[in-house]
Amino acid sequence: MMKRVVMQSLVRTQRRLFFYNSSSSFTQRLQFFQSAAGFCNQSEIGNQALPPRPEEDYDVVIVGGGMVGAAVGCGLASSAMTRGLRVAMIDSSPKQPTFRKHDPNAIPDQRVSAITPATVRFFQDVGAWEGVLSARPTPFDSMQVWDYGGLGFTRYKAEDVGEPLLGYVVENSVLLAALHSCLQSVGSIETMNPAQVKSVMFPSSSNLSPIQTKEAAESNGKQDWAQIELADGRRLRTRLVVGADGGKSAVRSMAGFQTRGWQYKQTAVICTVKVEWEHTTAWQRFLPTGPFALLPMGGTFSNIVWSTSPEIAQELKSMPSVDFVVDANRALLEDYGSQPYSGLAELLSSGLGKQLFGSELGTQLLGAFTPSSAEQFQVPPRVIDCVTERLSFPLSLLHATKYVNHRVALVGDAAHTVHPLAGQGVNLGFGDALALVNTLHRGVEGGFDIGEERVLKEYENERKKTNMTMMALLDGFQKLYATDFGPLNIARAAGFNTVNLLGPLKKQIITYAMGVH
Amino acid sequence: MLVRVDDERFRSVQWSSGKSFGAISLEPSPPPLHHHHEQPPALAERSEQVPVEPASTSTPIEGSHRSSVDVAETAKFAAIAATWWDYQGPFKPLHIMNQIRISFIRSAICRHFRKDANSARPLEGLQIVDVGCGGGLLCEPLARMGGLITGIDAVEKNLGVASLHAARDPATALIKYLCTTAEQMVHEQEKFDVVIALEVIEHVADPMEFCKSLAALTKKNGIVFISTLNRSIQSFGLAIVAAEYVLGWLPQGTHNWSKFVTPEELALLMGKASLSVEEMAGMVYNPFSQKWSLSEDTSVNYIALGVNRDT
Repeated sequence: MMKRVVMQSLVRTQRRLFFYNSSSSFTQRLQFFQSAAGFCNQSEIGNQALPPRPEEDYDVVIVGGGMVGAAVGCGLASSAMTRGLRVAMIDSSPKQPTFRKHDPNAIPDQRVSAITPATVRFFQDVGAWEGVLSARPTPFDSMQVWDYGGLGFTRYKAEDVGEPLLGYVVENSVLLAALHSCLQSVGSIETMNPAQVKSVMFPSSSNLSPIQTKEAAESNGKQDWAQIELADGRRLRTRLVVGADGGKSAVRSMAGFQTRGWQYKQTAVICTVKVEWEHTTAWQRFLPTGPFALLPMGGTFSNIVWSTSPEIAQELKSMPSVDFVVDANRALLEDYGSQPYSGLAELLSSGLGKQLFGSELGTQLLGAFTPSSAEQFQVPPRVIDCVTERLSFPLSLLHATKYVNHRVALVGDAAHTVHPLAGQGVNLGFGDALALVNTLHRGVEGGFDIGEERVLKEYENERKKTNMTMMALLDGFQKLYATDFGPLNIARAAGFNTVNLLGPLKKQIITYAMGVH
Repeated sequence: MLVRVDDERFRSVQWSSGKSFGAISLEPSPPPLHHHHEQPPALAERSEQVPVEPASTSTPIEGSHRSSVDVAETAKFAAIAATWWDYQGPFKPLHIMNQIRISFIRSAICRHFRKDANSARPLEGLQIVDVGCGGGLLCEPLARMGGLITGIDAVEKNLGVASLHAARDPATALIKYLCTTAEQMVHEQEKFDVVIALEVIEHVADPMEFCKSLAALTKKNGIVFISTLNRSIQSFGLAIVAAEYVLGWLPQGTHNWSKFVTPEELALLMGKASLSVEEMAGMVYNPFSQKWSLSEDTSVNYIALGVNRDT
């Protein structure tokens, strides 16, 4: 018993000397303690002749320096509660993204996102919005979605939900540069780039029961953190690995998470075009082969996101620009039936509605309409030139069955990919980043080990609901349009018209799509 | 969790001079059980591996002080000590409830000591003792918030669990765990900025002495947190019938309803110990959201904060 008491006090003294502070110097102390106490990692036992590369200890390691990973970093750095965490971001990209000087005549990049007011608010909160603004993002205030059959359309306006804008169309490179410059200016996040993750090892469980001795606890404590090995041999230990490494997430597979989903047998073709006249509407026409979207990009620049069959996509990519413009105008304006108009709205606003429904009901119905419900279908501008290379990528729906586990959390495309038809992918990713940051904030505030599953579970519960709803919505939309079955067409058109006319429901849908619920 | 107070029987309830608590006032606890073989048979079997008497520790407890553990009460907890940190296990309700207690304690400390509640380590520099620390469920979060934490408990096995667990994380590895009692620490003239005894007072033999000990451990203008269960119809229904018998959250016999303390009694006890009660909050469980929240309803679980106005 005496021996044990001595042991305890010895260990305690050592800890007092070498542990405690969670500042950056703690790592060196920890390493010193480990070597002083004669501990060494199992993998080092074999080659003790070589001095082992020291392990670096972190609270959070973000794998992936893309938009969502950088957003998690910015979020953590922006709050006093989480600023003290030691955070590293592993970025495989060789160069730090930087801003181009804004030039209205420069051709915008074809990789763009339509960001919602909720995403804008997130950027404002973390201090990255100024950077985006300096690159002049293109605001859009309305959205028109219509059906190729000419049967139905809906037009959303920002004023329907009392917002000045529905969102902005921004080049991804601008969003990324804004987030990275925000990270640089706060300086508290260590960016490792270019760096590749070779392996991530997760501990099996946080359970205590098998531990019998203090020594076992010490070594078990080490094993209880996740260990990351980089391709250059660097080794990191961390409480939490954030998998922000995209749809083919290595973190996800190393954590052993399953995914559900399918390929759409669709490929999206994207490019920047010039159109006839300047506009502020996000246009989307549903074709049997997939949706065609035209987004404003400032001046007469616009962005095309054209989802279609892989074969057609291949043709669209390789054909001469002149032919592409012809095909694009057909898809946007000409093919299939005539353009729709909302006959029902006119009918109701004329005296006929009152006659049909009786004056009181008719008035009530009309009262439920929002200002734009009686708006006419508008003809989008014609495409006149394709000014960038056409890029393509296959579309798929993918959802991880779990977002979190002990010591791991997935965000963005690593957790879910959606059909890009409403430009929701990146907004859902930013929503994940915000929710994870808030969860970690509460974890720190509550004095938790932030890599514990019970802390992370809160994030998963919150985001799974939102993401699955949006995925189901978008997937349903997509399925509805991937068919040319007569009755479905009419049902679909009826659905559109109904949505367009019923103010409150429409408001709900827009609000949801804007991420401002 | 379990600090027993006195080897004397419960003396007459001194604070009741001004107010009668009727037939259900705090009753004398049963005669102390001094040896393992006197325990109920169900517990005796487990007690072999449970050093109920705090034997060889760094602060041996001698008979000269009025410190003895209530053996039966102690054994109940020792039996389940190893499962303290399994938050899906028998201590699940405690883990869930812990969050709301911590949130109350954190913000009350920040208010009292004028610390920035919006920082990660607002307890930096504060000496804090958790009396009846159990497996360290409270000590660890408070240590991560920057506090200099001492956890004491009469059950050595709890401390074993607590210190093993704390050693796993550098952020908690500095917590000092001692097998001792509040009275013993008073004797050693230890003083703290914050003294915390959560869900302990309903297990001690002499609540008055216990309160006095807590006060004596507190620096001038330091604060004491005491949480316990109200002796009400609701607490009988929820803490005993529901939690122990229907839901099986706690082992049967964990609580003895007659030892529960009403908020009025606690306020009087604390007042007698020169602790002026400044805040009191109920903790209410919502079975639908499965969450605890702070409330004015002190009918079952509640927590009180007293400031030591004595020298």
